[in-house]
This record gives sequence, C-alpha cells and structure tokens, in this order.
Amino acid sequence: MSVSSEHAPAPEAKAPEKGAAPSRWTTALRDMASSSATVIIFAILGALILAAVLIAAADPTVQKTAGYIFARPADFFKAVWDSVSGAYSALFRGAIYNPDAATFARKIKPITETLTAATPLIFAGLGLGIGFRSGIFNIGAQGQVVLGAVVSAYFGFAFNLPVVLHLIVAIIGGFLAGGLWAGIAGFLKARFGANEVIVTIMLNSIAGFLMSYLLTTTAFMRPGSNNPVSQRVADTAMFPKLLGQDFRLHWGFVLALLAAVAVWWLMERSVLGYRFRAVGFNPDAARTAGIKVERMYLYVMLVAGGLAGMGGVSQTLGTEGVLQEGVAGSIGFDAITVALLGRSRPAGIVGAAILFGALRAGSPLMQTDSNTPIDIVQVVQALVVLLIAAPPLVRAIFRLPVPLKEVAA
Amino acid sequence: MKKFVSTAALTAAVALTLAACGEAPDDSKESPSSTETSTGETTDTAADFKGCMVSDFGGFDDNSFNETSFAGLERAASELGIEMAKAESTDAGEYTSNVDSMVQAGCSLIFNVGFNLNDATFASASDNPEQHYALIDAALSDPNTFETVNFDNVKPILFNTQEAAFLAGYVAAGVTTTGTVATFGGQPYPSVTIFMDGFVDGVAKFNEDNGKSIKVLGWDKEKQTGSFTETFDEIGKGKELTEQFISQGADIIMPVAGPVGEGAMAAAKEHKDTYVIGVDTDAFAKYEQYQDILLTSVVKTLDTAVFDTIKATKDGDWNATPYVGTLENGGVGIAEFHNLDAKVPAEVKTKVEELKAQIIAGDLKVESPSATAVK
Repeated sequence: MSVSSEHAPAPEAKAPEKGAAPSRWTTALRDMASSSATVIIFAILGALILAAVLIAAADPTVQKTAGYIFARPADFFKAVWDSVSGAYSALFRGAIYNPDAATFARKIKPITETLTAATPLIFAGLGLGIGFRSGIFNIGAQGQVVLGAVVSAYFGFAFNLPVVLHLIVAIIGGFLAGGLWAGIAGFLKARFGANEVIVTIMLNSIAGFLMSYLLTTTAFMRPGSNNPVSQRVADTAMFPKLLGQDFRLHWGFVLALLAAVAVWWLMERSVLGYRFRAVGFNPDAARTAGIKVERMYLYVMLVAGGLAGMGGVSQTLGTEGVLQEGVAGSIGFDAITVALLGRSRPAGIVGAAILFGALRAGSPLMQTDSNTPIDIVQVVQALVVLLIAAPPLVRAIFRLPVPLKEVAA
Repeated sequence: MKKFVSTAALTAAVALTLAACGEAPDDSKESPSSTETSTGETTDTAADFKGCMVSDFGGFDDNSFNETSFAGLERAASELGIEMAKAESTDAGEYTSNVDSMVQAGCSLIFNVGFNLNDATFASASDNPEQHYALIDAALSDPNTFETVNFDNVKPILFNTQEAAFLAGYVAAGVTTTGTVATFGGQPYPSVTIFMDGFVDGVAKFNEDNGKSIKVLGWDKEKQTGSFTETFDEIGKGKELTEQFISQGADIIMPVAGPVGEGAMAAAKEHKDTYVIGVDTDAFAKYEQYQDILLTSVVKTLDTAVFDTIKATKDGDWNATPYVGTLENGGVGIAEFHNLDAKVPAEVKTKVEELKAQIIAGDLKVESPSATAVK
C-alpha cells in the first residue's frame, strides 16, 4: 500500500532504543513513546490509514483497475494513490489552508472554519469531561445542547434588548437551560439513586421531540410560514464576528477557550473541583471524608449541563442564527468522543475538538472535490475512538513500548 | 507495523478483487486511467457546465426528495455530459458551509434541496448575485421579514402535490371495501402534510359525489393534526402504525414517510385485500416484492424538474421564474394501477380523469395550507 509506506519509518526510528542500555535519554524517549499522547497520535494516524483503505476501496477507478491488477498493477496503484491523496489533500485544503483559493481571505478561511466547528465541541466536551472525572457518565449532552439551543434562540428572537445585554441574556438563558436539563438527571441520581446513563439518554429523546414540537408552534415559527424553522435571532443577540464579516468565526470561540481555562481552574484549583474529583475517585471515601456526595452529583450535572448548553448557544447565536431540525447535529455525541480523546482534561479537550472541527470543516471539500463519501469522515472519527479506547492495541500495531508503570504491575 | 500493513493490504486487495470479480484485464490499448480522473467524473467530455446539489440533513439516500432530486442530477450528468458535484449535509450546521463550498467549486447551477436550506440559499444568493441557484420544494423567503422574495438568481422548484394526492384519495375511497382508509406521515413538515391534505380532500369529494361516508384515519385537515412516525428511517414504526390502522378497519393506507413507507407495505401484505399507496415516485418500480399490494402512487417528478432546469440553463435559457409542478404539466400525478387495475371500478377511473381535467381547467381548486403560494 502506497499510503502506509510513508508512515513506515516512524516505528523503525524508535527501534534502536529498544535494545540499548537504559541511559537517561533512552528512558526519556521510552517515556515519550509510551505516553498517552503518543498513543493518541498513533491512534489518529492508524485511523487515517484505515480510512485510506476504505477511501481507496470506495473509489470507482480503483475498483475498475483492481479487476486487472495482475495484468497492469501500475494502474491500480496509481488509482489508489490518486483517490487517497486526493481525499486527504481535499481534507487539508478544506480544514487548514487552501493554496488554490483566489484571495488571501479565502486561503485562510478553512482554518477559521475548523475553529468555528470546534467551538460547540469544546463547550460540550468540557461539560462531559467534568462529569467523567466526577464519576458521572453523562450521555445526555445532546439533550442539553438542544435545550441550550432552544432557549438561547428563543431569547434571541423573542426579546428586544440593547446590544450587549441581549447577547448576555441569551447566553445565560442557554446556559441555565442546559444546566437545569442535566440537573433533572443529577437530582434523580442524588435523591433516588436513579442511573444517570438511563435518565440522560431518555432526556435526550425528550429534548429532541420537545424541540420538534416547539418548532410547530406559532411562538417559534415564522409568521405566514408552515415550515418548522424558527424566526431569526436578532443581530443584537448574535456573537460578534471575530475576524470580520468574511469569516464565520465568532467570539463564542474565545468564550470557549475562556471556559476551558475556567474549567481547569475549577477542577484543579478550587475546593468544589477537589470535591468533584474526590467523588469521582471513590464516592465512599469521599463520603467518609465529609463530602456531601449526593449534593456533588447535582452540582456536577448543573455545571456540566450548562457547558453543554453553551454548545447549543454557540450554534444558534454563533453560526446559524436560527433554530431548526438538526441544528444540534450530533454535537452531544461527538463531544463524548472529544472528552474521551482529550482524557477529560481541558487542554486535551480543546485539542480534540479542533481535530474533530477539522474533520468536519474538511468534509464538504472532500465530497465536492474528491467525491469521497461523507460517511468516510465519520468512519475516521469512529476509528479514532475505537483505537483510543484500546491503548494496548495501538501499541501492538505500531510496536510502541509499554509504559514502565504497566510493566511493573 | 509490517504485519499491520500486510493485513491492510491483503484486506484491501481481497475486497477490491471481489468487487471487480470476473472482470477481464483491460484489452483496449489506450490507457484507461487517462480518460478518467480520480473522481470518476468524465471531465473531458463535460461541457463548461457544472451542476451541483446540496442535500438537507436527510442525505442523498433518504429514499425521498433528496434522492429523487439527485437522480435528476445524475441523469443530467450521463445524458447531457455535464460535470457534477454533490455535498451531503448530515446536520443543519453544514448548510452554510456546503452551499459555500459549491460556490467555491465553480458550479454553474446549485440545487439546494428543501426548505431547510432557505436561509443558506438566501444568504449565499445575496452575496453572489452572478451565481445561479435552484431551491427545491420551497419558495425563497427573506429570513428576517418572512416575505416571499424573488431573486433573479434563484429559481424555486415547487409542486402542487395536493392535486395529485387528491386523485389518490378519490381512488382510495372508490376502492375501499371496509369504508375506512388511512394516511400517516414521517414528520409534520409541510412537504409531507400537503400529501395528506389532498388525500383527505379526495376522500371527502368521493363522499360528496356518492353520498358515502368513507372515513380517513391519521389526518385531520382542519386541525392539521394526525399520525406521524416521527422518523423517516425506522421502518418498524411504519409497520406498527399501519397494523393499528388495519385493526381499526382501514384497508388502504398512504404512508408519507420516505423509507418508512416500506413498513406499511410489510404490514399490508400480511392482511388480505389491504393496499398501500406510494408517494414521491412510482413505488411499483421500486418495491418488487410488494407489487401486488400497491394500488397506485402519488408521483412528484423532482428528477424531471431538476433535469429540465439543468437542460434549460445549459442551453442558455436561465430564468428565475418558479417552476411549479402541476397535474397540467405532469410535474405531479398518480401512477398506473398496475397489478390492481381490476380492483378499481371503471366509474372511479372515469371520474378521476374528469376531476383531473377539472383541476387542470381551474374549475376545481384543491387547497392546502402547505401549498406554497407563488407570486
């Protein structure tokens, strides 16, 4: 496979370290190679290679040339190379930098699109990360995103407020809506011990249908129209554009980065975050230490849900300006992946969200330019998760050393 | 790594060989890879015309209007030799960027499928006055004032679906033996309920003409409420709902829910003398295993509309006048009765032809709140 060969040198470069005497540098290299960051990078690489196989297999020219691969193999390999390099070059031009574009603004637009697409994932991923570290498996981010979108959009078009105030009110509305929606699950868990996985999944369905219903009411629909599309959010409630009107990137992205810092501070520096983590490590021990575990469950869900709600806010007030079916996409579910990929740490989540944003921003060009089916992009995302979930598998595939800790254990 | 590479290569090789199994090595002497680009598009024969399409979140495999519209584009590509490109949206957040990427791809004409793309079309068309667009199944409206607007560069493609559904309702009422027929939708979208409105009115017309009282389950036109599966992809829900209708005495069902309609067919097949009316395209051609229970179909020729629009534009005859598919121009209609032809009484057939003529002549108006008024 022509694709794989370019990655082949990577493991070989590390190979000499294996047999060498354990000097300081060897240990350092070994630590680096076995760290979770390396595993993640190789998982992404592995996913891209696997996806390349699928891209090639789905390509009609490859399929045709494969029919006479033994008669004239060059055709086949050329077709494989064309399809794979075409797809990945389109992904790059769609997500990072497009040298073919006419104007400078157009050339750098892809990277801003990546950041725009990453914004809701950062918010929702941060929310989920807090939950995961506090021992709560919140599957309900999707519902919380939807609620955040519904309420912020409604505040956005139904109210008539001055410029800055309107945006703030709509943001707070979306934050609270997501928080309270998650709070239902938090309350049920704290008060009655209800399993948050089941409750949040059910709340997702309720949120989705609630939005569908609201979109058929006159309170949301456009006057004189029968379509389930809401009125447009007033300009006063929209996030200002960060880089001018040519780009869709908005201040919501900056807010998302600030939220990441705030979450880091909350989890690492504040007493409340300490309690969250204590509950996550061991609820019984936390209870013995005098932490009110049930109350923490509720607080975690309120904060996590609020952040997920902000994911919806950044859609309605940032890019779309309208509430309609599918506005929340699969942000809530993608955010689970983002949080896992980012190891639930704010910096990791921002990085993972940008990666997913890039895959998303690059997909239109992959489709239009190289005719790659959009499903391939989703397959890449799924493969990343699959490989991340199994670090030993990635190490086995790429012959990475096992961390010393695990060897000892 | 090596093991992995060889496994991957082997897998790919096996898959590809299987995919092209039995194909003999190319015997023509010209190099096959030079006549086609890696995208599989025929660029060399393509004229300077590029037809593009953006789906709504249903995707091009929705067994419904995205798919039918796309079929029109594919037909244009093969028959007119134009270049084509498509962008499939998986959610609402992609509409703007997908339409934008089409503008960047240098499309001659961009088809945006469905009312969901109204705002994206409006914004893109305002920014690119030289770019031609067609908005399928929706009239362009200003997102801020809610007024229907006419742009010189956007052609709305609309359908008076209620007219055809009306005829189907009349046929259903004329064929039923239990005195009860039913319809249900996927989601309460105007493009769905317009079928149900026409169907209900058709049955009412039959009752009026013949002094009967055939009941319609599943849709109340006045209140605009009825039965929905709330999904366009869970076939099981369509079957469940149809079973309920059958147990309430319905023997003819019109599902307006894309692929979910297959569930209705599956349910009907298990009951004697129970029939289904297809929608969008002639279901008879699509579902071979259900040909004996398909009474007719309410046909909406999106593909032809797309094809004709491309052809006209390619020939230099662009105009932004809305295309409205009617019974008159064949844009909508009902399919043949095929295998069930004998089940339809002759007087019903004659009457349907009469009604069709009346609608075309404008003597009979079939109204639906979901029908788009054209200025």
